[in-house]
Amino acid sequence: MSESIVPPEVRPKPAVPAKPPHVAAPSPTAPHGPSGLGGGGSTLLGYIGIDTIIEQMRKKTMKAGFDFNIMIVGHSGLGKSTLVNTLFKSQVSRWSSGWGGEHKIPKTVEIKAVSHVIEEGGVKMKLTVIDTPGFGDQINNENCWDPISKYINEQYEKFLKEEVNIARKKRIPDTRVHCCLYFISPTGHSLRQLDIEFMKHLSRVVNIIPVIAKSDTMTPDEKNEFKHRVRKELETHGIEYYPQNEFDDDMEDKNENDKIREAMPFAVVGSDKEFQVNGKRVLGRKTAWGVVEVENPNHCEFALLRDFLIRSHLQDLKEVTHNIHYETYRARRLNDNGGLHPISANNTQESNL
Amino acid sequence: FEISKWNQYVGFATLPNQVHRKSVKKGFDFTLMVAGESGMGKSTLVNSLFLTDLYKDRKLLNAEERINQTVEIIKHTVDIEEKGVKLKLTIVDTPGFGDAVNNNECWKPITDYIDQQFEQYFRDESGLNRKNIQDNRVHCCLYFIPPFGHGLRPVDVEFMKALHEKVNVVPLIAKADCLTPSEIKKLKDRVRDEIERFGIKVYQFPECDSDEDEEFKQLDKELKECCPFAVIGSNTVVEARGQRVRGRLYPWGIVEVENQSHCDFVKLRNILIRSHMHDLKDVTCDMHYENYRAQCIQDMTRFLFILHAVVKLTQDNRMESPIPMLPLPTPDVETDRLIKMKDEELARMQEMLNKMQQQIHDGKDQ
Repeated sequence: MSESIVPPEVRPKPAVPAKPPHVAAPSPTAPHGPSGLGGGGSTLLGYIGIDTIIEQMRKKTMKAGFDFNIMIVGHSGLGKSTLVNTLFKSQVSRWSSGWGGEHKIPKTVEIKAVSHVIEEGGVKMKLTVIDTPGFGDQINNENCWDPISKYINEQYEKFLKEEVNIARKKRIPDTRVHCCLYFISPTGHSLRQLDIEFMKHLSRVVNIIPVIAKSDTMTPDEKNEFKHRVRKELETHGIEYYPQNEFDDDMEDKNENDKIREAMPFAVVGSDKEFQVNGKRVLGRKTAWGVVEVENPNHCEFALLRDFLIRSHLQDLKEVTHNIHYETYRARRLNDNGGLHPISANNTQESNL
Repeated sequence: FEISKWNQYVGFATLPNQVHRKSVKKGFDFTLMVAGESGMGKSTLVNSLFLTDLYKDRKLLNAEERINQTVEIIKHTVDIEEKGVKLKLTIVDTPGFGDAVNNNECWKPITDYIDQQFEQYFRDESGLNRKNIQDNRVHCCLYFIPPFGHGLRPVDVEFMKALHEKVNVVPLIAKADCLTPSEIKKLKDRVRDEIERFGIKVYQFPECDSDEDEEFKQLDKELKECCPFAVIGSNTVVEARGQRVRGRLYPWGIVEVENQSHCDFVKLRNILIRSHMHDLKDVTCDMHYENYRAQCIQDMTRFLFILHAVVKLTQDNRMESPIPMLPLPTPDVETDRLIKMKDEELARMQEMLNKMQQQIHDGKDQ
């Protein structure tokens, strides 16, 4: 009986990952040595296909969707809501268009979280924007970061309680703050005391990304000088902003992150209005002397911030929050309590923080 | 008899010229205070207004150095001469204002300073040698409102309310080149609204004389509606539209400081220097200073009145005075006269009291 040589099954190569170079391409015609299996079998010393797990993961996560929680902090009027809307190209913050609503300054710092589901390329993201109106707006701003700190820790506590449960949910709802955008006022001089106090207190608890707001108020030279001075001051006070030095995994990460750290804080401008410039429609701000283009790297660093925040480090922000900040909180809680006991789902014990 | 025609002309119409010549010889002085958080462009604006470089040797403090900084008062004086007219300009700077985390009463050093100048002038005026009185009173305070907000912040309101009855407050919107024209309009409307709502008495431009021409009246009206002025300052010269102008060079365009469609710098300069400098001084003398003086005298006499009442009380009741005797201020002619007046008033009131007591006593007996 003649054996019909069945060509080995050639699985379609996954689109995303590149095959590692040392694995030879499967050849459909040449049999490689003894074939225990009827026909085929030549793939054993060839391509296995482990790398397709990435594709499987991708499919699963696409189905499940992403959660991303971003907090915006800065005193009133720095364009926080506009910037977030510009970043995610949707009206995701509380105010639909800057000056629309009644901007009353609340007497204490409030925490307002608004969630939206946005979709792009088949990927669904549940984006929660946490606004902090009232921060830095009073005459006496002492400890105005306490409500913010409390909120962040409360989210960690919520997650911890779920984790420690006997009957755990399959996917613990993640309300932890993955990223805190801190808006620096573009005075052109240096950081304000409140900026330093806030970042000192919170950089060990959450990922802080400082940005220079409304940077169209500075000329390029003033911008560079200001950025340089701000970086020096952050260094002097030992404030580790994201991406933190100590969490770089390997040389490749370190090189990439070093470049980003050198360019931070990003000087940004936000806008949700479009104007015609050189035949193109661009997002920008129109003044009597020209149009500030938001996505033009010569005008401001919005594009850099967006690429950094969304296109390259979104997942890393979540991982650092989970693996490092949350773990720190968890370790502290376990040590404090002498070990947390699994709580039943009905337990409504208050966190003793 | 004949009345010679040329005798009709007396000649006092030349008085304004004589005054003018004397003032020019004497020179003018003007004290301008600038207040607002650091980084609002105050120094740049002052330099732009007076075409000077007052802050050449200034060192900017970093945040660490500023941690324990309290509000300071720093004076810069410069003599400017233009077309034979001399101006002694004093700029009072207020570094540290509004920069701390806790800014409670951060305006107190500023109000204290203004009061001190008034007090010094009051003393000088009441003194014997009045020929060379130095007028260090603050004639105008430019308050810089950040353009980043949605209107007045609590600290802005409190500051202006603490100062509006002591000095001419002129609110400005700082660094206006970061706002689009519609944003400027919204902000100005909002600020004007809040100024009225909170009862802040900013400096009011005087009404036009009814005999001024229409064009002047129109300009005046525009000026008043432009408040608060949205300003930009710059001392660097850039090339724009083929000319060399003072401005700021951005990648997207050039902001010209003296271009009225870009900002209100020209309006502010005209108001401050070219048309209303004298009025600012007059209002300071006639209103703010007089208020201070009246209040001061009233406080003094009230203090003395209470003192005298206490003395009388202790004398009548032969009790140990619970309040220690405070030293009286150095008496001068004015105070003595007032004391005597109050003494007489006290005596009259005492007499009335005695009469009433007598009446009650009589009433009880019956």
